[in-house]
Amino acid sequence: MLRYSILFDHWDMYMQGFVNTLKASVLALIGSLIIGIIIAIFRIAPIRPLNWLGAAYVEFIRNIPLVLIVFVFFVGLPAVGIRFDPFTAGTLGLTVYTAAFIAEVIRSGILAVPKGQMEAARSSGLTYLQTMRYIILPQAIKMVIPPLGNQFINLVKNSSVLGVIAGLDLMYFGDLISSETFVTFDVYIFVALFYLVLTIPLSLGVGYLERRLAKSR
Amino acid sequence: MDFIGAYSPAHLTFLLQGFLVTLEVAFISIIFSFIFGIIIGVIRYTKIPGISQIFAIIVETIRNLPLLLIIFFTYFALPEVGLKLDKFYAAIVALVVFESAMLSEIVRGGLNSIDKGQIEAARSSGLTYIQTLWYIVLPQALRRMVPPIVSQFISLLKDTSLAIVIALPELMNHAQIINGRNVNYVIPIFILVALMYFVVNYSLSLVSRRLEYKQR
Repeated sequence: MLRYSILFDHWDMYMQGFVNTLKASVLALIGSLIIGIIIAIFRIAPIRPLNWLGAAYVEFIRNIPLVLIVFVFFVGLPAVGIRFDPFTAGTLGLTVYTAAFIAEVIRSGILAVPKGQMEAARSSGLTYLQTMRYIILPQAIKMVIPPLGNQFINLVKNSSVLGVIAGLDLMYFGDLISSETFVTFDVYIFVALFYLVLTIPLSLGVGYLERRLAKSR
Repeated sequence: MDFIGAYSPAHLTFLLQGFLVTLEVAFISIIFSFIFGIIIGVIRYTKIPGISQIFAIIVETIRNLPLLLIIFFTYFALPEVGLKLDKFYAAIVALVVFESAMLSEIVRGGLNSIDKGQIEAARSSGLTYIQTLWYIVLPQALRRMVPPIVSQFISLLKDTSLAIVIALPELMNHAQIINGRNVNYVIPIFILVALMYFVVNYSLSLVSRRLEYKQR
């Protein structure tokens, strides 16, 4: 039987962790959307050096572990005099990491818009940027929303790395509560439930959007 | 920044030892999660009443939890209920549990992508349901699944670094031990460690891309 008293006695700590996990995920989502869109545009813009830069970012970041990126912000940059608190370092690490994945999602969304659209818009006098802004992006957005939702789920789960650097998230408070109560099993079952409260509704929502998009094709 | 000190022979050997543990843990986990992933994926695909639903609930729960939590749980919480694993096996068990759930979804998706007409044709030409799955559906589905499975393996290799929370002596752990000796080593060590992960994972992704290309 689970000791529910642990949950009620430490409700404030659990909530603090829950709110911080949510906060880190939302902040990292906003940040990585901005960087991701810029990188995606770099990758498809008709300028070679930008293509290379975008590809280098995506390939490099996607092939190294998130823990390493977070440590670069938490241990690496302080070594050259740039300091962050653990929460900021973790959120920045998450942003840099997720941006590479979001860039790929957005790029494939843009590439899924038929080529004729670009040619038609360009030949009717719109500039490249106008075509992107008014013709391509509005159509691409519909296709990228379900995969972006998946990235957000990953982000919520990945935000647990904040726990590794004492970043005040759910994992960190779980650690704190278990060292106060000398109980591990029950404490982390409740931590898991808090994560599921966030991720299960998101998964169901993404599933619904995916089915709706599949039908509309 | 002290590149020469950071890249001393002793440090390089130490990092390499860590990387071997990373690769070993990843390799063992890949094999087991591949087997379990296929079994669970097939069970969910065949829609055996009751059993498929139970697996669906388990898979969805695991997929929606952070791997870090599962590693932590396996190493610190399971001993409370009498299941004590050392670091190495705790990391492998946690990775296998998590990645099997992820892979089973890839397998299920691959199986679902095979045209239902194939099954009907095979069944009406006298094959049993099991034979149809084994000889007709799985071989075709597996070929389509190769690229997503390889990228899942890349994730697995990266995710072994999460075992730093249980102080598994893998690459990230060894890097942090060296970093603790002198603050001037930090940046050179991170550059080298990033390159080590990158070289292995990027080669894997090139292999996956090649296989994807061959299929067309």
